[in-house]
Amino acid sequence: MAGELNPVATVGIAMLAGSLRVSTPFLFVSLGECLTEKAGRINLGNEGVLVLGAMVAYATSYLTDSPWLGVIAAAVAGMLLGGIHGLVCNLARVNDVAMGIAIMLFGTGIAFFFGKPYVQPSAPQVPSIPFGFWSDAPQVRSALEVSPLFILGLIAAVVMHWVFRSTRVGLRIRIVGDSNDAARALGLPIGQTRLLATAVGSGLAGIGGAFLSLSYPGSWNEGLSSGQGLMAVALVVFARWNPLACVGASILFGAAGALGPSLQTVGITSGYYLFYAAPYVVTLLVLIITVSPGRALRGMPGELSLGQ
Amino acid sequence: MTAVQAGIETAAAAPVAAAPADPYYPVRRALETVFAPFAALVAATIVFSVFLLALGQSPADFFELTWRGAFGSWFSLQNTLQRAAPLLLTALCVALPAQLGLVIIGGEGAVVLGGLAATVVALPITFLPAPVIWVIMGVAGAAMGALWIGLSGFLRAKRGVNETIASLVLAYIAIALFNHVVEGVLRDPASLNKPSTYGIGDQNMMGTIFDLHPGLPVGVIACVLAYVLISRTSVGFGARVTGGNLRAAQLQGLPVHRLMIMACALGGACAGLAGMIEVAAVHGRANASLAAGYGYTGILIAFLARHNPIAIMPMAVLLGGIGAAGGLLQRRMGLPDATVVVLQGLIFVFILASETLYGRIRWFQPREGR
Repeated sequence: MAGELNPVATVGIAMLAGSLRVSTPFLFVSLGECLTEKAGRINLGNEGVLVLGAMVAYATSYLTDSPWLGVIAAAVAGMLLGGIHGLVCNLARVNDVAMGIAIMLFGTGIAFFFGKPYVQPSAPQVPSIPFGFWSDAPQVRSALEVSPLFILGLIAAVVMHWVFRSTRVGLRIRIVGDSNDAARALGLPIGQTRLLATAVGSGLAGIGGAFLSLSYPGSWNEGLSSGQGLMAVALVVFARWNPLACVGASILFGAAGALGPSLQTVGITSGYYLFYAAPYVVTLLVLIITVSPGRALRGMPGELSLGQ
Repeated sequence: MTAVQAGIETAAAAPVAAAPADPYYPVRRALETVFAPFAALVAATIVFSVFLLALGQSPADFFELTWRGAFGSWFSLQNTLQRAAPLLLTALCVALPAQLGLVIIGGEGAVVLGGLAATVVALPITFLPAPVIWVIMGVAGAAMGALWIGLSGFLRAKRGVNETIASLVLAYIAIALFNHVVEGVLRDPASLNKPSTYGIGDQNMMGTIFDLHPGLPVGVIACVLAYVLISRTSVGFGARVTGGNLRAAQLQGLPVHRLMIMACALGGACAGLAGMIEVAAVHGRANASLAAGYGYTGILIAFLARHNPIAIMPMAVLLGGIGAAGGLLQRRMGLPDATVVVLQGLIFVFILASETLYGRIRWFQPREGR
């Protein structure tokens, strides 16, 4: 190997590369979840959206030879599934937490049902941007192969932050999410706003799914998602419903997820399965640390049925 | 949402107290609770039939085959009941905490760790008489499950951590721990393709009772006990008050936090027991077969039964039957095994949507006094 690196550097670089890759689906799902929750609704169905998005993106890319069409198709599929969640939750007395679990089951079922024929063939992937051209160490080069989807996610986070802070639409979403009474007094369409926020949020989550099948790990199979869609809910709590903070939180979760595979690159394989639990342990710790008993969290939308 | 807001909303949604003028109101209310899930099942069936028609498949064939695969012969009925047995217990893992308004979705974690704990305690004592081993295994499995789900309840009660996410994350952690033990520390080197722990020994396996899975009577007894606990004891009453209106329960001085932890621990004990029975009656060792999704199907059953332990029994048989028919559907109609998941998902969506029917249909409402 050309540039021989010491083990610590190897693990470090692998962690960096891994966290950028693993964090991208987290980033999209958490942004989508953030949007939905800002409008006062919780969508656990994004786990199903992630799986469905991955399948639709892969199938579309395979059939049309265009990975970008796959990404768009995944977003549309996500919007449709999220739309079902939004519509049903607009009915009186329907519990959005339980409904999310149902949507998760339904979305996963649909994805596995139609995805069966696409487990074998290989579809064209979304090409990465080689930011590591300046280095001749192959590890550095492969580490800095950044997916354009990650950059798209960063842009989405900035745009969403701006929308919430300084646009009329953002203000309306926040009012609907904070107080039904205030929204009603202002004559804002509560159901319609939540429906749109849920559908668009799930559209973003669908793009996260497209990343899973078209970039990293970069294939379609039934074990592709392992709870990222649900962990995103915890991630949004950690990020205090701030889209920019979602970026940092996603990278942290990504790093936790990259721990196991990175240690494997230098031959540490004992406790292999335990390292795979790292992102879940981080999720749990983050929840325990950031949530305070008995009172609402700073930045939490008032109509959200989360916590106490 | 703060506790006060939650309380007010739940109170507003609670059924209106019966007007004394209508003696038939209890009957109307009972019929309403049967009508809404039934309407949801019919609607889900119709939508699923349209789905099949769109794919050029015959819905009639599908339901005929499902019936045959689930209940058509003694063999298929046995298969159905074998699947229903652990589902009775995993559904209780959702239904018991649900009495307090908690949504626990991590039963799968309690199943795998319960099964693992039961195996681990059994391995050094395989020379003891089998019934003694079963009791020890049952205690270990239930205790492990209670600890695992009780932890979610504890975090919710003491720290305000959302129990839904916590229980699910804990389920993933449980599966990682399980894999670590099964594929590492306790792996039987003879198990090549499917990593497993050492077996508990053929002589220590639970036999069938009248050709039926031994978990079935355990599950039925657990459901009946849970029903008595919920509807006939002061603890159950306190739990239901808490579920109806958290704030009111606190003002009444009910030990809300203790009730939460207890309900979660009891539910977890049921799921852990399910894991133990799967080991002692079916697999004989702990391996990946334990993570067969019973914990997740239990969620669906509990919601179908509206968290009523008696209603869990027919629903577990229904879902067990749908699962049992999967193989036949695959062979005869060429449908992928995920077809069953699509049907389950549709049923789940419609059941939850049917909540909106309560109080909407006039005939079921109390009549005004004449």
